[in-house]
Amino acid sequence: MGPISRRLFALESRSGWTAIAILLVTGLFIVPALNLMVPEGSFFHISTFWVATLGKYLCFAILALALDLIWGYAGILSLGHGAFFGLGGYVMGMYMMLQIGDRSVYGNPDLPDFMVFLNWDSLPWYWWGFDQFWFASLMVVVVPGILAFVFGWLAFRSRITGVYFSIISQAMVFAIMLAFFRNETGFGGNNGLTDFKDILGFNLSQGSTKVGLYVVTVIVLLLVYMVCRAVVSSKLGRLLIAVRDAESRVRFLGYSVTNAKLFVFTLSAVLAGIAGALYVPQVGIINPGEFTPAKSIEMAIWVAVGGRGTLFGAIVGAFTVNGARTYLTGVAPEIWLFFLGGLFILVTLVMPQGLVGVYRSIRSGDLKDAIRRRIQRVDV
Amino acid sequence: MPFVGGSNVSMSEPVTSNKPAESILYLEGVSVSFDGFKALNSLNLIIRRGEMRAIIGPNGAGKTTMMDIVTGKTRPDTGRVLFGEDTNLTHLDEAEIANLGIGRKFQKPTVFESLTVFENLYLSLKSDRKMRANLFAHLRSEQRARIESYLETVRLIERRDDLAGDLSHGQKQWLEIGMLLAQEPELMLLDEPVAGMSDAETEQTAILLEEISRDHSLVVVEHDMEFVRNLDCVVSVLHEGRVIAEGTMDVVQADPRVIEVYLGR
Repeated sequence: MGPISRRLFALESRSGWTAIAILLVTGLFIVPALNLMVPEGSFFHISTFWVATLGKYLCFAILALALDLIWGYAGILSLGHGAFFGLGGYVMGMYMMLQIGDRSVYGNPDLPDFMVFLNWDSLPWYWWGFDQFWFASLMVVVVPGILAFVFGWLAFRSRITGVYFSIISQAMVFAIMLAFFRNETGFGGNNGLTDFKDILGFNLSQGSTKVGLYVVTVIVLLLVYMVCRAVVSSKLGRLLIAVRDAESRVRFLGYSVTNAKLFVFTLSAVLAGIAGALYVPQVGIINPGEFTPAKSIEMAIWVAVGGRGTLFGAIVGAFTVNGARTYLTGVAPEIWLFFLGGLFILVTLVMPQGLVGVYRSIRSGDLKDAIRRRIQRVDV
Repeated sequence: MPFVGGSNVSMSEPVTSNKPAESILYLEGVSVSFDGFKALNSLNLIIRRGEMRAIIGPNGAGKTTMMDIVTGKTRPDTGRVLFGEDTNLTHLDEAEIANLGIGRKFQKPTVFESLTVFENLYLSLKSDRKMRANLFAHLRSEQRARIESYLETVRLIERRDDLAGDLSHGQKQWLEIGMLLAQEPELMLLDEPVAGMSDAETEQTAILLEEISRDHSLVVVEHDMEFVRNLDCVVSVLHEGRVIAEGTMDVVQADPRVIEVYLGR
């Protein structure tokens, strides 16, 4: 093995690689095969609805990874990560909106329906270029990245930390929500962007496109996980934990805490944007509802439930909570929010290391040892 | 300026605006006030290169504020703070000052509790502090050897793979001193290095500091008089934000002002 592949291999333990391999084979081959090759009546058939639902969960898992990277490691609790997720989604939505062309209700080949409705006669400048997939893909990374960089620079340079940072991040997402609700902002106002027809020429209403998007999301999740794992395993990852533990000590060692936080916060926002961009074609709509503060808070619950500062826990948490939502909103929609609130209280009080922490303490048979592990309590 | 006592000739001379060439730290007329309270009141202090200096004084005398000023945590209202030949510290931030070669140990031991002892030293080790360098850095064998030598120095070699949070209070103090050493600073500021230590630990720390002072300039703020006496160095007594006496421990203890300050009016 060359030095790079050796370093890559060293990122995970043997059991870690085994878990990844099993999940990858399941996600990439078994699920699509059960959907495409097993006949619909069969017990083993997975419906396209469920493939798309899994695809949605995968996007949430990417988002949760992004949040865990800053919260679990650097101790930055962002309660506004919906902003980056939503912006990534809007960017992809803009691309798909411009693919509709004259198949829209008003049939205007150049303008999306909502612009026709507002009597606009041309695309606003900030929509230029979004008919190109490469440009939109670039913007998926650039737009959330720039917002996070500017917001983070202002906040971290002023040494806004802890709960104060959480509050202003929440204010940020709220401000974005208000802006996007306005029709004049030019992103479809209340209704957002929807009625997408195709992406890169693939018809979005076709089952095979949905499975394809799902497969892409599995691969992106793996890549994002490996990027996060590489970051937290590096010396910089140790530095982030150090920032979480004793920020001023880090400064007196000669490191720029501002730069460390800025790096990881921007990276996290970019990953959240990618999650959003994968999410929107799979659900077929993006509207300002994604920017509601409650959604951003819920993301923190996913990470807390799974286990902070473990990366793997973020994925587990995103699947567990969203799975519970799908189930509960089906059988008893009125108790869902109580369940979510109760879950958060339960996790905070009883299992501060989340599900991963519980698993580890069961496996090692020693609760104390589990608590001492790297997934230590994060002081917000 | 009221410089009293001093068997050491160079110390008994009053501070003038002409900075001696061999100084590593030079404070002149430094004042800072918080909400009207003058924490430092035209403080003058010179630390020579290679010197070990103890600073004592009652609570609120300005000892920690002085360290805050030197390390960039607090900006002085007036005055000059020079490091080495002519580096003005008053406009630099904590990280920049640290990278110039000034290390600081906090009053309360501050280590990275969820990292191992080894990792604490790894982060402290003098290196490129840029984020990109840290992202791609990997531990070289030469660095490993250096970390191990620091572990020997601060007597923590057996605890190298334990989490720093699991160390005893005294061991955390030592780890923090080890982290300072790993930074390879020219000047080390230690704020109450033996606070909360047992007698045996205190004694060992005195030996440790003596070892360290052989190739570092050291400023030690301490309450423990016996410990300061053991350090056997020049002592500056701070009171109400200025130096009221300077000299060996015996000299400053005989100083009537010092007696007045410590025994009360």
